[in-house]
Amino acid sequence: MTRHFDVIVIGAGLFGAFTALHLARMGQRVALVERGAVGAQSSGANFGGLRLQGRSVEQYPLSLLAQQVWETFETVIGEDCDYDRNGMIYFARTEAGRKKLLAYADNSRACGLDIALWQGADLRRAMPWLAAQDGMIASYSPRCAVANPRLATPAVVRALVRAGGVLFEHCAATAIKRSESGFCVSGPALGALAAGRLVNAAGGWAGAISAQFDEAVPLFSAGPPQFVTEPLPYALRPSVYAIEGDLILRQIPRGNVIFAGYPRTMANADGQHTFVPPAKTLAGMRAIAQHVPALRNAEVIRVWSGVEGYLPDMLPVIGASRTTPGLFHAFGGSGGGFQIAPAVGECLAHLVCGTPGPVDLAPYAIDRFSGPVRVSDKLAAEFDQGKSAG
Amino acid sequence: MPDAHPLLYPVGPRRADVTLWIDDREIPACRGESLITALLAVGEMTGRSEFDQAPRSGFCLMGACQDCTIWTATGQRLRACMTEVRDGMVLRRQPPAVGVDHGR
Amino acid sequence: MAADLPPVIVGAGPAGLGAAAALVEAGMRPIVLDEAARPGGQGTRRLAPGLAPAAHRLLGPTGARDTAWREAQEDRVLAACDWRPGTLVWGVFGTALHVVHQGRHETLPFDRLLIATGATDRCLAFPGWTLPGVFALGGAQVALKQHAALIGQRVVFAGASPLLYLAAVQYLRMGLRDLTVIDSTPMAAKLRAAPGMALTAPGTLLEGLGLMRELRAAGVRLVFGAQVARATGMDRLDGIEIHHADGRSERLECDALAFGQGLRPETQLAELAGAEFHFDPALRGWFPITDPDGRAGPHLWLAGDGAMTGGRSAAARSGRLAALSMLAAQPEGTRPLADNLLALRRSVRRLRRFQHHLATAFRWPQDQTARLPDETIVCRCERVTAGQIRQAITQVAGPADVNRVKAITRCGMGRCQGRYCGLTLQDLTAVTSGRPAAAVGRLRAQAPVRPIPIGSAEEEGMSP
Repeated sequence: MTRHFDVIVIGAGLFGAFTALHLARMGQRVALVERGAVGAQSSGANFGGLRLQGRSVEQYPLSLLAQQVWETFETVIGEDCDYDRNGMIYFARTEAGRKKLLAYADNSRACGLDIALWQGADLRRAMPWLAAQDGMIASYSPRCAVANPRLATPAVVRALVRAGGVLFEHCAATAIKRSESGFCVSGPALGALAAGRLVNAAGGWAGAISAQFDEAVPLFSAGPPQFVTEPLPYALRPSVYAIEGDLILRQIPRGNVIFAGYPRTMANADGQHTFVPPAKTLAGMRAIAQHVPALRNAEVIRVWSGVEGYLPDMLPVIGASRTTPGLFHAFGGSGGGFQIAPAVGECLAHLVCGTPGPVDLAPYAIDRFSGPVRVSDKLAAEFDQGKSAG
Repeated sequence: MPDAHPLLYPVGPRRADVTLWIDDREIPACRGESLITALLAVGEMTGRSEFDQAPRSGFCLMGACQDCTIWTATGQRLRACMTEVRDGMVLRRQPPAVGVDHGR
Repeated sequence: MAADLPPVIVGAGPAGLGAAAALVEAGMRPIVLDEAARPGGQGTRRLAPGLAPAAHRLLGPTGARDTAWREAQEDRVLAACDWRPGTLVWGVFGTALHVVHQGRHETLPFDRLLIATGATDRCLAFPGWTLPGVFALGGAQVALKQHAALIGQRVVFAGASPLLYLAAVQYLRMGLRDLTVIDSTPMAAKLRAAPGMALTAPGTLLEGLGLMRELRAAGVRLVFGAQVARATGMDRLDGIEIHHADGRSERLECDALAFGQGLRPETQLAELAGAEFHFDPALRGWFPITDPDGRAGPHLWLAGDGAMTGGRSAAARSGRLAALSMLAAQPEGTRPLADNLLALRRSVRRLRRFQHHLATAFRWPQDQTARLPDETIVCRCERVTAGQIRQAITQVAGPADVNRVKAITRCGMGRCQGRYCGLTLQDLTAVTSGRPAAAVGRLRAQAPVRPIPIGSAEEEGMSP
């Protein structure tokens, strides 16, 4: 027996969850189909940064819209996700990093953010725990925040269910077919679902779906390795990012210090497990010991990761299919998907329903890969050399 | 304040021949004994939970439960059950805060 | 295959040393790693130097002699090995171990790995179990053997484990008189298990009966079919409340409580090394899957209580069996050993089967979790309560699984990595969601299997 919906969303990561929630609240009958558990991959395993600094100007409309949702998450979703407006520090210790940091600060200010720049004695006063180095510069943005990724996606999915959406968890969609009235999605545990419109929010697995509809993208899967220390007295409120990319850390109010591994690691997209190679753990530990000597003696108690999709320009695909009417895409968060997810969901839901959305999605169109592909300088920096091609 | 009673009772006579400090309190101890024995024998607990401040003083005694976690003055974490006492050891029931520069 | 790499053994307890002995006999020089400073493992922990004069009293005349002989044997074996005490193995990736030794990280490549990491106490949470003065049952023995200390002056041993009687006798022999044993399994259940125990390990059964007799003769109170409902005290234990089988409650004053529900295997490293797992409903736990000789993969062998609970003899023999299997897989340049392989396999199988009879004689208190008050702390490290876990289970969108409940509540995320809350979490998840324990999964192992200092990565050594 086939169950009928208005829209089927594939993938219960944060993109899929927010898209489904907005659709349901717009009156659509929505099915959210997930091969594993809700928010189990990078939506639940990322650093939890709601970072506004360090973006190109064209990314801000989406990013700022999303931040408004995070700032009111409890009202919008009905549950708390440990949102904390803790502020964020970028610091640079190389000349190239300094240039980049100042350019980012200009972008941020142009888009209406308060940015404080620290150098010399100001910087040492603000960051006494940072191993001092000549010529360092830092930028501080008080509006940046963090949220708990383990809590966010399940909360959004519960809101979806309350809004009338139907969740199919642990139900892989093994076959996706065009039908006269739209799409038929089926799988052994799933049964058969039919809907006029389909949203591909399958994260690291989304490339196979887009390829099936003749719009292959250079998507590859990777894992953002994360580490956490034992709880230590809470003393470090803002999140701290080295602009050179090799140090990302924050302390949660419970005391644990979370740090992100560098470079990122290519993942086995087996869908079940991700594994952080010990070399990553060690590289992360070395970076911490070097830059935050006070943490040298702290102990790492856990490491984890989750699969996410990356695109060469480190921007997601968000928008309508160029080949298939009724098909929409939202995937390829490229390490930055968590923060923008609420806005991705809202904009895509409008697109699916044919109503005007709040943000122009042109920079995220899927056909940007049909010509020469722009490769982000972040890509080379954030991945192991020689392994980054998809 | 030390508890009135020990939390661990060493068998046989104990002749203190080394000294350690925990949170600036002087503790006499015996060479060769474990840190947990030295502390609990004089009723000193090893610490408190970070989350509810309830006292903790070791549970598995085989290095697995981490309940007897304690720190050196420079923030090195020890399991009291897996560590032998050394003369002059300085111990803390709390690790130093991240923001505190304790001069490496 | 890098055939020139020596075999690597993790764990210098009975299983690891049993394997090491066989490999040495075959002319090899295995690398033996242990986190502890001295060999011997947990159950056969070596006496603290200060306790040497008391060994006779503690172990009995034959026990002391046997132990001295065994330890001399072990020392001889280790002298022929590359013995590296004080080495924490925190991860396995591909065919390399990741260790911290003297505060420094090292990478140790291997071609043949035997993991013999033994077992730790299996503990079911109850109100007050985090109070100072409450210890794990195995810990109470370690206190005596390694730390040369008693956990109290009025001591209660409680739970479901044959170690209750062993530990109580050890304390009795050290002169403690104020002892109580509270065994949660009723006598009738024990009698039902007796024939099976007599068939599989008559010696062990007699030993156990002897311990009970010794306690009775000394006037130690033995209570059957009663459970510890709570431990009380402000900053330390001052007593416990027990519930008898007939519904009566009773308060006992005590200054120490040692409790446990048997043993659980330490399988984190085996999992990271690629072992698969199965749920044993009789033992109510997850165990790694191996062939009869302990082989769990092309490069991987498992032995001892870390593979399947069986006690010291089974551990030593399973270690030897794994070593023989290793040698059979790569016999070049080794001396053949004359073991009767079939007999060895049979005896390991028989000793491990004995555990299933023990599981009847000391049965898992299945109803305890359902009755656990909401305010009970389940996760000692992160201070997660039974109520928080129950609430999270109802919040899970899909089927309840321990890893999801962990993600929501933090239960199992702390320093001990779920070693002491994992079973309560498993039972609570099963009972609350109405699913069988096998269906709610098990906490996945993650490296580091023990906390490791950030500074240990600063200078990396290669080894050997």
